[in-house]
Amino acid sequence: MPGIRSSTRSSVSDLVISHRAEAIVRPDRTGAHGVPVPVVDIEAERIAKRFGDTSIFADLSFRLERGKATALVGANGAGKSTLLRCLMGLIPVSEGRVRLLQEDATGARAAKLRALRSRVGLVSQKHNLVPRLSVLSNVVHGLLGHRGGPRHWTHSLAPAASRTAALQALDKVALGHLALRRADRLSGGQSQRVAIARAIVSRPEVIFADEPCASLDPQAGEDVMALFFDLARQDGVTVVFTSHNIDHALRYGDRVLGLAEGRMKLDATGDSLRSADLRGLYD
Amino acid sequence: MTDLPAPSRFERPSAISFLGYAAGLVVLLWCLSGAGFSVEKVMTSPPRFADFLSRAFPPNLSTDVLTRLGWKMVETLQIAVAGAVLGVILSLPVALLAARGLIVGPWVNQIVRVALSVIRAVPDIAWALVFVVAVGLGPFAGMLAIVVDTIGFCGRFFADDMEATDNGPAESLTATGARGIDVVACATVPAAMPAFVSTALYALEKAVRSSTILGLVGAGGIGIELKVGFDLFDYPTALTVILMIAVVVIGIEQLSGYARIKIIGEQR
Repeated sequence: MPGIRSSTRSSVSDLVISHRAEAIVRPDRTGAHGVPVPVVDIEAERIAKRFGDTSIFADLSFRLERGKATALVGANGAGKSTLLRCLMGLIPVSEGRVRLLQEDATGARAAKLRALRSRVGLVSQKHNLVPRLSVLSNVVHGLLGHRGGPRHWTHSLAPAASRTAALQALDKVALGHLALRRADRLSGGQSQRVAIARAIVSRPEVIFADEPCASLDPQAGEDVMALFFDLARQDGVTVVFTSHNIDHALRYGDRVLGLAEGRMKLDATGDSLRSADLRGLYD
Repeated sequence: MTDLPAPSRFERPSAISFLGYAAGLVVLLWCLSGAGFSVEKVMTSPPRFADFLSRAFPPNLSTDVLTRLGWKMVETLQIAVAGAVLGVILSLPVALLAARGLIVGPWVNQIVRVALSVIRAVPDIAWALVFVVAVGLGPFAGMLAIVVDTIGFCGRFFADDMEATDNGPAESLTATGARGIDVVACATVPAAMPAFVSTALYALEKAVRSSTILGLVGAGGIGIELKVGFDLFDYPTALTVILMIAVVVIGIEQLSGYARIKIIGEQR
Protein backbone atom coordinates (compact mmCIF):
# COMPACT_ATOMS: atom_id res chain seq x y z
CA MET A 1 0.00 0.00 0.00
CA PRO A 2 2.73 2.54 -0.81
CA GLY A 3 0.28 5.09 -2.18
CA ILE A 4 -1.87 4.97 0.87
CA ARG A 5 1.01 5.01 3.30
CA SER A 6 2.23 8.32 1.91
CA SER A 7 -1.18 10.02 1.94
CA THR A 8 -1.83 12.77 4.45
CA ARG A 9 -4.29 12.71 7.32
CA SER A 10 -6.83 14.82 5.47
CA SER A 11 -7.07 12.59 2.43
CA VAL A 12 -8.95 9.32 2.13
CA SER A 13 -10.08 8.62 5.63
CA ASP A 14 -11.43 12.13 6.11
CA LEU A 15 -13.99 11.20 3.47
CA VAL A 16 -15.13 8.61 5.94
CA ILE A 17 -14.73 10.52 9.17
CA SER A 18 -15.52 14.14 8.53
CA HIS A 19 -15.88 15.31 12.12
CA ARG A 20 -12.32 14.38 12.94
CA ALA A 21 -10.99 17.09 10.65
CA GLU A 22 -12.63 19.66 12.91
CA ALA A 23 -11.25 17.95 15.96
CA ILE A 24 -7.70 18.06 14.68
CA VAL A 25 -7.64 21.78 14.01
CA ARG A 26 -9.62 22.70 17.12
CA PRO A 27 -7.13 24.69 19.25
CA ASP A 28 -6.79 24.59 23.00
CA ARG A 29 -8.89 27.21 24.67
CA THR A 30 -7.17 30.43 25.61
CA GLY A 31 -7.53 31.88 29.09
CA ALA A 32 -8.14 35.48 30.13
CA HIS A 33 -4.46 36.42 29.95
CA GLY A 34 -3.75 34.62 26.70
CA VAL A 35 -2.43 31.56 28.49
CA PRO A 36 -3.65 28.35 26.80
CA VAL A 37 -6.07 26.47 28.99
CA PRO A 38 -5.77 22.73 28.46
CA VAL A 39 -8.88 21.13 27.05
CA VAL A 40 -10.30 18.45 29.28
CA ASP A 41 -11.47 15.40 27.30
CA ILE A 42 -12.61 13.30 30.26
CA GLU A 43 -14.01 14.55 33.51
CA ALA A 44 -15.24 12.43 36.40
CA GLU A 45 -17.03 14.15 39.22
CA ARG A 46 -17.51 12.18 42.44
CA ILE A 47 -18.40 9.03 40.55
CA ALA A 48 -19.24 5.75 42.23
CA LYS A 49 -20.14 2.32 40.90
CA ARG A 50 -21.96 -0.44 42.72
CA PHE A 51 -23.13 -3.86 41.56
CA GLY A 52 -25.97 -4.65 43.95
CA ASP A 53 -24.56 -4.17 47.43
CA THR A 54 -20.97 -4.46 46.27
CA SER A 55 -19.18 -1.18 45.87
CA ILE A 56 -16.54 -1.24 43.14
CA PHE A 57 -15.32 2.32 43.62
CA ALA A 58 -16.62 5.52 45.14
CA ASP A 59 -16.03 9.24 45.20
CA LEU A 60 -13.62 9.39 42.28
CA SER A 61 -12.97 12.79 40.73
CA PHE A 62 -10.41 13.68 38.06
CA ARG A 63 -9.99 15.62 34.83
CA LEU A 64 -7.91 14.20 32.00
CA GLU A 65 -6.41 16.59 29.48
CA ARG A 66 -6.44 16.29 25.73
CA GLY A 67 -3.47 14.56 24.16
CA LYS A 68 -2.17 13.09 27.44
CA ALA A 69 -1.83 9.45 28.38
CA THR A 70 -3.16 8.39 31.74
CA ALA A 71 -2.32 5.07 33.35
CA LEU A 72 -4.84 3.50 35.70
CA VAL A 73 -3.06 1.14 38.05
CA GLY A 74 -4.16 -1.04 40.91
CA ALA A 75 -4.44 -4.62 42.06
CA ASN A 76 -6.87 -7.14 40.55
CA GLY A 77 -10.43 -6.20 41.49
CA ALA A 78 -9.51 -2.59 42.22
CA GLY A 79 -12.11 -1.46 39.67
CA LYS A 80 -9.86 -0.26 36.84
CA SER A 81 -11.73 -2.01 34.03
CA THR A 82 -15.11 -1.04 35.47
CA LEU A 83 -13.95 2.57 35.70
CA LEU A 84 -12.85 2.45 32.07
CA ARG A 85 -16.26 1.15 31.00
CA CYS A 86 -18.03 3.81 33.04
CA LEU A 87 -15.94 6.54 31.40
CA MET A 88 -16.98 5.22 27.96
CA GLY A 89 -20.62 5.00 28.98
CA LEU A 90 -20.67 1.25 28.37
CA ILE A 91 -22.04 0.82 31.86
CA PRO A 92 -23.71 3.60 33.87
CA VAL A 93 -22.20 5.07 37.01
CA SER A 94 -24.23 4.66 40.20
CA GLU A 95 -23.46 8.19 41.37
CA GLY A 96 -21.72 11.26 40.08
CA ARG A 97 -21.20 12.64 36.61
CA VAL A 98 -18.97 11.75 33.66
CA ARG A 99 -18.19 14.22 30.90
CA LEU A 100 -16.60 12.78 27.79
CA LEU A 101 -15.32 15.09 25.06
CA GLN A 102 -17.10 18.02 26.69
CA GLU A 103 -20.44 16.19 26.59
CA ASP A 104 -22.35 14.91 29.58
CA ALA A 105 -22.30 11.11 29.24
CA THR A 106 -24.23 10.45 32.45
CA GLY A 107 -27.81 9.53 31.71
CA ALA A 108 -27.34 10.39 28.02
CA ARG A 109 -29.83 8.87 25.60
CA ALA A 110 -28.70 5.92 23.52
CA ALA A 111 -28.28 7.94 20.32
CA LYS A 112 -26.14 10.55 22.06
CA LEU A 113 -24.04 7.87 23.72
CA ARG A 114 -23.48 6.19 20.35
CA ALA A 115 -22.42 9.52 18.85
CA LEU A 116 -19.98 10.04 21.72
CA ARG A 117 -18.60 6.51 21.46
CA SER A 118 -18.02 6.98 17.75
CA ARG A 119 -15.37 9.51 18.76
CA VAL A 120 -13.49 7.08 21.01
CA GLY A 121 -11.75 3.75 20.51
CA LEU A 122 -11.30 0.71 22.74
CA VAL A 123 -8.47 -1.79 22.85
CA SER A 124 -9.15 -4.75 25.13
CA GLN A 125 -6.94 -7.27 26.85
CA LYS A 126 -8.49 -10.18 24.92
CA HIS A 127 -8.31 -8.32 21.57
CA ASN A 128 -12.00 -9.13 20.99
CA LEU A 129 -11.73 -9.67 17.27
CA VAL A 130 -14.52 -11.60 15.56
CA PRO A 131 -12.63 -14.86 15.04
CA ARG A 132 -14.21 -16.21 11.86
CA LEU A 133 -14.00 -12.97 9.89
CA SER A 134 -11.07 -11.57 7.98
CA VAL A 135 -8.66 -9.10 9.49
CA LEU A 136 -9.90 -6.45 7.04
CA SER A 137 -13.56 -6.98 7.98
CA ASN A 138 -12.62 -6.63 11.65
CA VAL A 139 -10.95 -3.31 10.96
CA VAL A 140 -13.85 -2.10 8.78
CA HIS A 141 -16.09 -2.76 11.81
CA GLY A 142 -14.24 0.04 13.57
CA LEU A 143 -16.13 2.44 11.29
CA LEU A 144 -19.59 1.18 12.29
CA GLY A 145 -20.08 4.10 14.67
CA HIS A 146 -19.92 6.48 11.72
CA ARG A 147 -21.31 4.38 8.92
CA GLY A 148 -23.61 1.61 10.08
CA GLY A 149 -25.56 -0.81 7.94
CA PRO A 150 -24.89 -3.90 5.89
CA ARG A 151 -22.21 -2.29 3.71
CA HIS A 152 -19.92 -2.20 6.74
CA TRP A 153 -20.70 -5.71 7.96
CA THR A 154 -17.96 -7.17 5.80
CA HIS A 155 -15.08 -5.72 3.81
CA SER A 156 -16.48 -7.31 0.65
CA LEU A 157 -19.46 -4.92 0.68
CA ALA A 158 -17.69 -1.92 2.20
CA PRO A 159 -17.44 1.31 0.18
CA ALA A 160 -14.03 1.97 -1.36
CA ALA A 161 -13.27 4.81 1.05
CA SER A 162 -13.92 2.60 4.07
CA ARG A 163 -11.80 -0.24 2.69
CA THR A 164 -8.98 2.20 2.00
CA ALA A 165 -9.23 3.67 5.49
CA ALA A 166 -9.12 0.17 6.97
CA LEU A 167 -6.13 -0.83 4.85
CA GLN A 168 -4.40 2.38 5.85
CA ALA A 169 -4.97 1.57 9.53
CA LEU A 170 -3.64 -1.95 8.95
CA ASP A 171 -0.58 -0.51 7.27
CA LYS A 172 0.06 1.62 10.35
CA VAL A 173 0.29 -1.53 12.44
CA ALA A 174 2.37 -3.22 9.71
CA LEU A 175 -0.25 -5.88 8.96
CA GLY A 176 -1.50 -4.75 5.56
CA HIS A 177 -0.20 -8.00 4.06
CA LEU A 178 -2.52 -10.04 6.31
CA ALA A 179 -5.70 -8.16 5.40
CA LEU A 180 -7.53 -11.24 4.12
CA ARG A 181 -6.32 -13.70 6.75
CA ARG A 182 -8.90 -14.97 9.21
CA ALA A 183 -8.62 -13.27 12.58
CA ASP A 184 -8.44 -16.58 14.45
CA ARG A 185 -5.30 -17.53 12.54
CA LEU A 186 -3.19 -14.67 13.91
CA SER A 187 -0.68 -14.76 16.73
CA GLY A 188 -1.56 -12.93 19.97
CA GLY A 189 0.62 -9.97 19.07
CA GLN A 190 -0.83 -9.74 15.58
CA SER A 191 -4.38 -9.93 16.98
CA GLN A 192 -3.71 -7.06 19.32
CA ARG A 193 -2.25 -5.00 16.50
CA VAL A 194 -5.41 -5.63 14.47
CA ALA A 195 -7.44 -4.54 17.50
CA ILE A 196 -5.38 -1.34 17.59
CA ALA A 197 -6.03 -0.82 13.86
CA ARG A 198 -9.76 -1.26 14.51
CA ALA A 199 -9.57 1.29 17.31
CA ILE A 200 -7.69 3.91 15.26
CA VAL A 201 -9.45 3.46 11.90
CA SER A 202 -12.17 5.94 12.87
CA ARG A 203 -9.48 8.41 13.96
CA PRO A 204 -10.78 8.67 17.51
CA GLU A 205 -10.09 11.58 19.83
CA VAL A 206 -9.79 9.31 22.87
CA ILE A 207 -8.62 5.72 23.10
CA PHE A 208 -9.28 3.52 26.10
CA ALA A 209 -7.01 0.50 26.45
CA ASP A 210 -7.78 -2.17 29.02
CA GLU A 211 -4.52 -3.98 29.80
CA PRO A 212 -3.58 -4.01 26.13
CA CYS A 213 -0.60 -6.34 26.53
CA ALA A 214 -1.72 -8.53 29.43
CA SER A 215 -2.30 -11.57 27.23
CA LEU A 216 0.95 -11.22 25.30
CA ASP A 217 4.44 -12.52 25.94
CA PRO A 218 6.85 -9.86 27.27
CA GLN A 219 8.45 -9.05 23.92
CA ALA A 220 5.14 -8.88 22.02
CA GLY A 221 3.77 -6.77 24.88
CA GLU A 222 6.64 -4.30 24.58
CA ASP A 223 6.21 -4.12 20.81
CA VAL A 224 2.46 -3.56 21.06
CA MET A 225 2.79 -0.86 23.72
CA ALA A 226 5.49 0.97 21.75
CA LEU A 227 3.42 0.84 18.56
CA PHE A 228 0.22 1.84 20.32
CA PHE A 229 1.76 4.92 21.95
CA ASP A 230 3.64 5.90 18.80
CA LEU A 231 0.36 6.00 16.91
CA ALA A 232 -1.55 7.71 19.70
CA ARG A 233 1.07 10.43 20.15
CA GLN A 234 1.43 10.96 16.41
CA ASP A 235 -2.25 11.81 16.24
CA GLY A 236 -2.45 13.68 19.55
CA VAL A 237 -4.99 11.22 20.87
CA THR A 238 -5.96 11.20 24.54
CA VAL A 239 -5.23 7.76 26.00
CA VAL A 240 -6.48 6.12 29.16
CA PHE A 241 -4.99 2.70 29.79
CA THR A 242 -4.96 0.18 32.58
CA SER A 243 -1.90 -1.90 33.29
CA HIS A 244 -0.41 -4.21 35.85
CA ASN A 245 2.99 -3.45 34.43
CA ILE A 246 4.43 -0.69 36.62
CA ASP A 247 7.20 0.00 34.12
CA HIS A 248 4.64 0.57 31.34
CA ALA A 249 2.54 2.82 33.57
CA LEU A 250 5.55 5.01 34.37
CA ARG A 251 7.02 4.95 30.89
CA TYR A 252 3.89 5.65 28.89
CA GLY A 253 1.66 7.46 31.39
CA ASP A 254 1.96 11.23 31.50
CA ARG A 255 -0.19 10.84 34.57
CA VAL A 256 -0.74 7.85 36.83
CA LEU A 257 -3.94 7.26 38.80
CA GLY A 258 -3.79 4.50 41.42
CA LEU A 259 -6.88 2.72 42.65
CA ALA A 260 -7.04 0.65 45.82
CA GLU A 261 -10.04 -0.48 47.83
CA GLY A 262 -12.31 1.46 45.49
CA ARG A 263 -10.64 4.79 46.20
CA MET A 264 -8.14 6.96 44.40
CA LYS A 265 -4.92 6.45 46.35
CA LEU A 266 -2.50 7.99 43.90
CA ASP A 267 -2.60 10.82 41.39
CA ALA A 268 0.76 11.96 40.09
CA THR A 269 2.68 12.61 36.91
CA GLY A 270 4.59 9.66 35.51
CA ASP A 271 7.88 11.57 35.70
CA SER A 272 7.56 12.19 39.43
CA LEU A 273 7.06 8.53 40.36
CA ARG A 274 9.36 5.58 40.91
CA SER A 275 8.35 1.95 40.79
CA ALA A 276 8.48 1.72 44.56
CA ASP A 277 5.80 4.42 44.85
CA LEU A 278 3.27 2.15 43.13
CA ARG A 279 3.98 -1.03 45.03
CA GLY A 280 1.79 0.05 47.94
CA LEU A 281 -1.22 -0.21 45.65
CA TYR A 282 -0.69 -3.94 45.36
CA ASP A 283 -0.27 -4.70 49.09
CA MET B 1 -0.79 -42.52 55.28
CA THR B 2 -2.49 -40.66 58.08
CA ASP B 3 -4.37 -42.34 60.92
CA LEU B 4 -7.65 -40.79 59.79
CA PRO B 5 -10.43 -43.34 59.18
CA ALA B 6 -11.22 -43.90 55.51
CA PRO B 7 -14.28 -41.92 54.40
CA SER B 8 -17.41 -43.97 53.75
CA ARG B 9 -18.03 -44.84 50.11
CA PHE B 10 -21.70 -43.88 50.22
CA GLU B 11 -23.54 -41.24 52.17
CA ARG B 12 -26.67 -42.18 54.09
CA PRO B 13 -29.56 -40.30 52.43
CA SER B 14 -31.47 -37.82 54.52
CA ALA B 15 -35.10 -38.58 55.40
CA ILE B 16 -36.29 -36.08 52.77
CA SER B 17 -34.06 -37.63 50.11
CA PHE B 18 -35.32 -41.08 51.02
CA LEU B 19 -38.94 -39.91 50.72
CA GLY B 20 -38.07 -38.32 47.35
CA TYR B 21 -36.58 -41.57 46.00
CA ALA B 22 -39.60 -43.55 47.27
CA ALA B 23 -42.03 -41.09 45.67
CA GLY B 24 -40.09 -41.31 42.39
CA LEU B 25 -40.34 -45.08 42.42
CA VAL B 26 -44.11 -44.93 43.06
CA VAL B 27 -44.56 -42.49 40.16
CA LEU B 28 -42.56 -44.79 37.85
CA LEU B 29 -44.70 -47.83 38.80
CA TRP B 30 -47.88 -45.77 38.26
CA CYS B 31 -46.64 -44.73 34.80
CA LEU B 32 -45.75 -48.31 33.83
CA SER B 33 -49.22 -49.40 34.92
CA GLY B 34 -50.83 -46.60 32.88
CA ALA B 35 -48.73 -47.62 29.87
CA GLY B 36 -50.15 -51.15 30.09
CA PHE B 37 -46.76 -52.68 30.85
CA SER B 38 -47.10 -56.43 30.90
CA VAL B 39 -44.28 -58.94 31.43
CA GLU B 40 -46.48 -61.62 29.90
CA LYS B 41 -46.82 -59.62 26.66
CA VAL B 42 -43.09 -58.96 26.60
CA MET B 43 -42.43 -62.71 26.93
CA THR B 44 -44.96 -63.70 24.23
CA SER B 45 -44.06 -60.97 21.70
CA PRO B 46 -40.86 -62.50 20.18
CA PRO B 47 -42.79 -65.34 18.49
CA ARG B 48 -45.29 -62.80 17.07
CA PHE B 49 -42.46 -60.58 15.92
CA ALA B 50 -40.80 -63.61 14.31
CA ASP B 51 -44.12 -64.39 12.62
CA PHE B 52 -44.26 -60.86 11.19
CA LEU B 53 -40.68 -61.17 9.93
CA SER B 54 -41.38 -64.53 8.33
CA ARG B 55 -44.34 -63.04 6.45
CA ALA B 56 -42.46 -59.83 5.54
CA PHE B 57 -39.26 -61.49 4.43
CA PRO B 58 -37.98 -61.27 1.79
CA PRO B 59 -38.78 -57.59 1.20
CA ASN B 60 -40.51 -56.72 -2.04
CA LEU B 61 -37.68 -55.66 -4.37
CA SER B 62 -39.59 -55.81 -7.64
CA THR B 63 -38.70 -53.04 -10.07
CA ASP B 64 -42.10 -51.41 -10.17
CA VAL B 65 -42.35 -51.33 -6.35
CA LEU B 66 -38.80 -49.99 -5.97
CA THR B 67 -39.48 -47.33 -8.61
CA ARG B 68 -42.73 -46.26 -6.93
CA LEU B 69 -41.19 -46.22 -3.46
CA GLY B 70 -38.04 -44.50 -4.79
CA TRP B 71 -40.07 -41.57 -6.14
CA LYS B 72 -42.00 -41.39 -2.86
CA MET B 73 -38.68 -41.26 -1.02
CA VAL B 74 -37.51 -38.45 -3.31
CA GLU B 75 -40.70 -36.57 -2.46
CA THR B 76 -40.04 -37.24 1.24
CA LEU B 77 -36.55 -35.73 0.95
CA GLN B 78 -37.94 -32.77 -0.99
CA ILE B 79 -40.43 -32.11 1.81
CA ALA B 80 -37.68 -32.42 4.42
CA VAL B 81 -35.08 -30.26 2.67
CA ALA B 82 -37.50 -27.52 1.59
CA GLY B 83 -39.14 -27.45 5.03
CA ALA B 84 -35.88 -27.49 6.96
CA VAL B 85 -34.18 -24.82 4.83
CA LEU B 86 -37.17 -22.45 4.96
CA GLY B 87 -37.54 -23.17 8.67
CA VAL B 88 -33.88 -22.42 9.38
CA ILE B 89 -34.02 -19.16 7.40
CA LEU B 90 -37.18 -18.03 9.17
CA SER B 91 -35.72 -19.06 12.53
CA LEU B 92 -32.98 -16.42 12.35
CA PRO B 93 -35.20 -13.33 12.76
CA VAL B 94 -37.34 -15.19 15.29
CA ALA B 95 -34.22 -16.09 17.29
CA LEU B 96 -33.06 -12.46 17.23
CA LEU B 97 -36.34 -11.53 18.90
CA ALA B 98 -36.08 -14.41 21.38
CA ALA B 99 -32.46 -13.83 22.44
CA ARG B 100 -32.18 -11.86 25.65
CA GLY B 101 -30.13 -8.67 25.67
CA LEU B 102 -29.65 -8.36 21.92
CA ILE B 103 -32.02 -6.10 20.04
CA VAL B 104 -35.39 -6.11 21.79
CA GLY B 105 -36.53 -5.83 25.39
CA PRO B 106 -37.23 -8.66 27.82
CA TRP B 107 -41.00 -8.57 27.29
CA VAL B 108 -40.66 -9.31 23.59
CA ASN B 109 -38.05 -12.00 24.37
CA GLN B 110 -40.46 -13.67 26.77
CA ILE B 111 -43.45 -13.53 24.41
CA VAL B 112 -41.44 -15.00 21.50
CA ARG B 113 -39.97 -17.72 23.73
CA VAL B 114 -43.43 -18.73 24.94
CA ALA B 115 -44.64 -18.86 21.31
CA LEU B 116 -41.68 -21.08 20.42
CA SER B 117 -42.48 -23.35 23.38
CA VAL B 118 -46.05 -23.70 22.13
CA ILE B 119 -44.79 -24.62 18.65
CA ARG B 120 -42.45 -27.25 20.09
CA ALA B 121 -45.12 -28.62 22.42
CA VAL B 122 -47.28 -29.61 19.43
CA PRO B 123 -45.86 -32.70 17.68
CA ASP B 124 -44.99 -32.47 13.98
CA ILE B 125 -47.69 -35.01 13.08
CA ALA B 126 -50.29 -32.77 14.73
CA TRP B 127 -49.00 -29.77 12.75
CA ALA B 128 -49.33 -31.93 9.62
CA LEU B 129 -53.00 -32.65 10.47
CA VAL B 130 -53.60 -28.93 10.95
CA PHE B 131 -52.02 -28.09 7.59
CA VAL B 132 -53.86 -30.90 5.79
CA VAL B 133 -57.05 -29.17 6.93
CA ALA B 134 -55.67 -25.74 5.96
CA VAL B 135 -54.12 -26.45 2.54
CA GLY B 136 -55.40 -29.89 1.67
CA LEU B 137 -53.82 -33.31 1.32
CA GLY B 138 -50.33 -33.60 -0.16
CA PRO B 139 -46.68 -32.75 0.33
CA PHE B 140 -47.26 -28.99 0.75
CA ALA B 141 -49.02 -29.63 4.06
CA GLY B 142 -46.08 -31.79 5.11
CA MET B 143 -43.57 -29.13 4.15
CA LEU B 144 -45.45 -26.48 6.15
CA ALA B 145 -45.49 -28.81 9.16
CA ILE B 146 -41.71 -29.23 8.88
CA VAL B 147 -41.23 -25.44 8.54
CA VAL B 148 -43.19 -24.75 11.72
CA ASP B 149 -41.53 -27.60 13.61
CA THR B 150 -38.08 -26.36 12.53
CA ILE B 151 -38.84 -22.79 13.63
CA GLY B 152 -39.86 -24.06 17.06
CA PHE B 153 -36.63 -26.01 17.37
CA CYS B 154 -34.09 -23.73 15.69
CA GLY B 155 -35.64 -20.48 16.94
CA ARG B 156 -35.04 -21.57 20.51
CA PHE B 157 -31.56 -23.01 20.00
CA PHE B 158 -30.32 -20.19 17.75
CA ALA B 159 -31.39 -17.74 20.46
CA ASP B 160 -29.58 -19.77 23.12
CA ASP B 161 -26.49 -19.96 20.90
CA MET B 162 -26.42 -16.19 20.47
CA GLU B 163 -26.87 -15.59 24.18
CA ALA B 164 -23.94 -17.90 24.91
CA THR B 165 -21.40 -16.17 22.63
CA ASP B 166 -18.40 -14.38 24.07
CA ASN B 167 -19.49 -10.81 24.79
CA GLY B 168 -16.03 -9.34 24.11
CA PRO B 169 -16.28 -8.65 20.35
CA ALA B 170 -19.81 -7.25 20.82
CA GLU B 171 -18.57 -4.92 23.55
CA SER B 172 -15.71 -3.74 21.36
CA LEU B 173 -18.10 -2.90 18.53
CA THR B 174 -20.55 -1.25 20.93
CA ALA B 175 -17.62 0.86 22.07
CA THR B 176 -17.21 2.17 18.50
CA GLY B 177 -20.73 3.59 18.66
CA ALA B 178 -22.20 0.85 16.47
CA ARG B 179 -25.97 0.33 16.60
CA GLY B 180 -27.37 -2.80 18.19
CA ILE B 181 -28.30 -4.41 14.87
CA ASP B 182 -24.78 -3.80 13.51
CA VAL B 183 -23.24 -5.33 16.62
CA VAL B 184 -25.44 -8.41 16.29
CA ALA B 185 -24.69 -8.78 12.57
CA CYS B 186 -20.94 -8.25 12.89
CA ALA B 187 -20.09 -9.88 16.22
CA THR B 188 -22.88 -12.03 17.65
CA VAL B 189 -24.06 -13.87 14.53
CA PRO B 190 -20.55 -14.70 13.20
CA ALA B 191 -19.56 -15.95 16.66
CA ALA B 192 -22.64 -18.15 16.87
CA MET B 193 -22.35 -19.41 13.28
CA PRO B 194 -20.68 -22.78 14.07
CA ALA B 195 -23.45 -23.52 16.56
CA PHE B 196 -26.05 -22.41 14.00
CA VAL B 197 -24.61 -24.80 11.42
CA SER B 198 -24.63 -27.68 13.89
CA THR B 199 -28.21 -26.97 14.96
CA ALA B 200 -29.37 -26.51 11.36
CA LEU B 201 -27.85 -29.84 10.30
CA TYR B 202 -29.53 -31.57 13.22
CA ALA B 203 -32.80 -29.87 12.18
CA LEU B 204 -32.35 -31.35 8.71
CA GLU B 205 -31.84 -34.86 10.16
CA LYS B 206 -34.92 -34.36 12.32
CA ALA B 207 -36.91 -33.13 9.31
CA VAL B 208 -35.97 -36.21 7.28
CA ARG B 209 -37.09 -38.51 10.11
CA SER B 210 -40.34 -36.55 10.55
CA SER B 211 -41.13 -36.40 6.84
CA THR B 212 -41.07 -40.20 6.57
CA ILE B 213 -44.15 -40.50 8.78
CA LEU B 214 -46.13 -37.41 7.74
CA GLY B 215 -47.67 -39.47 4.97
CA LEU B 216 -49.58 -41.40 7.65
CA VAL B 217 -51.92 -38.41 7.89
CA GLY B 218 -51.92 -37.58 4.18
CA ALA B 219 -49.21 -34.93 4.27
CA GLY B 220 -47.09 -36.44 1.49
CA GLY B 221 -44.00 -38.59 1.47
CA ILE B 222 -43.33 -42.28 1.85
CA GLY B 223 -45.33 -42.70 5.06
CA ILE B 224 -48.52 -43.37 3.14
CA GLU B 225 -46.87 -46.42 1.53
CA LEU B 226 -46.06 -47.78 4.99
CA LYS B 227 -49.66 -47.33 6.11
CA VAL B 228 -51.07 -48.95 2.95
CA GLY B 229 -48.59 -51.84 3.30
CA PHE B 230 -49.76 -52.65 6.83
CA ASP B 231 -53.45 -51.99 6.08
CA LEU B 232 -53.37 -54.49 3.17
CA PHE B 233 -51.16 -56.97 5.09
CA ASP B 234 -48.58 -56.46 2.33
CA TYR B 235 -45.73 -56.93 4.81
CA PRO B 236 -42.94 -57.44 2.20
CA THR B 237 -43.66 -53.98 0.77
CA ALA B 238 -43.96 -52.52 4.28
CA LEU B 239 -40.56 -54.02 5.15
CA THR B 240 -39.11 -52.51 1.98
CA VAL B 241 -40.39 -49.09 3.09
CA ILE B 242 -38.91 -49.54 6.57
CA LEU B 243 -35.54 -50.53 5.13
CA MET B 244 -35.57 -47.60 2.68
CA ILE B 245 -36.35 -45.18 5.51
CA ALA B 246 -33.54 -46.65 7.62
CA VAL B 247 -31.02 -46.40 4.78
CA VAL B 248 -31.98 -42.82 3.88
CA VAL B 249 -32.08 -41.57 7.50
CA ILE B 250 -28.71 -43.18 8.30
CA GLY B 251 -27.28 -41.79 5.05
CA ILE B 252 -28.50 -38.28 5.85
CA GLU B 253 -27.05 -38.54 9.37
CA GLN B 254 -23.69 -39.58 7.93
CA LEU B 255 -23.73 -36.75 5.39
CA SER B 256 -24.75 -34.29 8.07
CA GLY B 257 -21.95 -35.47 10.35
CA TYR B 258 -19.44 -35.11 7.52
CA ALA B 259 -20.72 -31.61 6.68
CA ARG B 260 -20.58 -30.65 10.35
CA ILE B 261 -16.92 -31.64 10.60
CA LYS B 262 -16.03 -29.95 7.31
CA ILE B 263 -17.81 -26.70 8.09
CA ILE B 264 -17.40 -26.33 11.83
CA GLY B 265 -14.06 -28.08 12.08
CA GLU B 266 -12.48 -25.65 9.67
CA GLN B 267 -13.99 -22.68 11.43
CA ARG B 268 -12.51 -23.47 14.82
